[in-house]
Amino acid sequence: MLSKRIIVCLDVRDGKLTKGIKFQDNIDIGNPVVAAREYYEQGVDEIVFYDITASAEGRGIMLEVVKEVAQTIFIPFSVGGGLNTLQDMQAVIAAGAEKVSVNSGAIANPQIIAAGAKAFGSQCIVLGMDVKQVEPSSRVPSGYEVVVHGGRKNTGIDALWWAKQGEKLGAGEICLNSIDADGTQEGYDVVLTKIIATNVSIPVIASGGAGKPEHLAQVLTEGCASAALVASIVHYRTYQIAELKQFLTKKDVKTRLRW
Amino acid sequence: MIGIVDYRAGNITSVVRAFNFLGIPNFVSSAPAELAGADRIVFPGVGAAGEAMANIREQGLDIFLRNAFVRGVPILGICLGTQIIFEHSQEDGGTECLKLVKGTVKLFPHDMVANGEKLKVPHMGWNGLRLRQQHPVFANIDANMEFYFVHSYYPSPKEEENILGTTEYGIEFCSAIATNSLVALQFHPEKSGRAGLAILRNFASWLPGEN
Repeated sequence: MLSKRIIVCLDVRDGKLTKGIKFQDNIDIGNPVVAAREYYEQGVDEIVFYDITASAEGRGIMLEVVKEVAQTIFIPFSVGGGLNTLQDMQAVIAAGAEKVSVNSGAIANPQIIAAGAKAFGSQCIVLGMDVKQVEPSSRVPSGYEVVVHGGRKNTGIDALWWAKQGEKLGAGEICLNSIDADGTQEGYDVVLTKIIATNVSIPVIASGGAGKPEHLAQVLTEGCASAALVASIVHYRTYQIAELKQFLTKKDVKTRLRW
Repeated sequence: MIGIVDYRAGNITSVVRAFNFLGIPNFVSSAPAELAGADRIVFPGVGAAGEAMANIREQGLDIFLRNAFVRGVPILGICLGTQIIFEHSQEDGGTECLKLVKGTVKLFPHDMVANGEKLKVPHMGWNGLRLRQQHPVFANIDANMEFYFVHSYYPSPKEEENILGTTEYGIEFCSAIATNSLVALQFHPEKSGRAGLAILRNFASWLPGEN
């Protein structure tokens, strides 16, 4: 049976982790290549690099990071953040990323999804969505609206409609981030995740809000998510990947237990 | 030297990187004349069967692969490479394939359910493998290891004896094939962590006559 995946998210700026990560020896690791290798050894199922670099120079550094990561870890990893053109995607994939994640770039130009799927295959294209709860309206009937710029700007787009649209355009996966839950450590938005996951046939990665192992169990069962994205819950040594997986096993959620 | 067949089907550099990491000499080529110099062949690929077969024929790789198979050159198929060794695939409205192994490639049913959850197609992520027979390419690999899959179509060999291993996803499907000097995997060993790397290393030293 297919395992539910735990995916770790690493935020990168100018080729460095935006916040240092603590591993066993409690030393801050700022190097994304070292951090990726460490999580690979710890049994994470996939890695997401979210690049918040603004400058062109910083982007070049990121490509070097991707190249190094690809030479040392042998599980899928994706890169997202600021990928707005086919050329942007091409550069990251050529450097060794398995998947690319498009977010606001796809809202500005939905055809980038189709173009990316045609050029690299649907399995390469992850549609990243930042979503906020709103009053249901005729424009946003699901009560969940797509937002951009870290939630500061509403788009007027219904999250469920956009997810279905993304699938139709050729996205192979959806990474669904709840802006309301993000950073709270109080749990994923299970209702949102379920609405999206049960209405598209592509896998949905739940993101935002993980604080306890129970949260992962909940979103992977009730929320019907195929994968759970984690960041601070593992970055600051609150939990190890293996502990999360052991907890999920107790809750009858199948994960990859040997690596 | 391992020759990695490039038929413009997806990003095959991950396979190259895995062999490089293992220190196993390899080269990538789409030219049969160059690939003929390899003592073993890796046949990877992601994408759709129709376009892949068109590219393969255009470059004369269909004849090359058949000859290599008949001569007993060790061949490792990966993902799409595995699917097109069969006779026929349902993909792209039906695609005639290489016919190295008897059987077809079918689309996963869209109504599969497990644990009350409707199963997604593609089958994407980590899943197990139940070996039906021992094989040197799977030597020293823990039976509980999982492998990374991404596919919507699955191999369905005609001869039971060609089934090396199976995987469960709504149905039990054949995820590893072995016949003579050929081993073909539906999953991606180059993306399957330590166990996947072990498969690649085993393949690089496998002598088919000594199974």
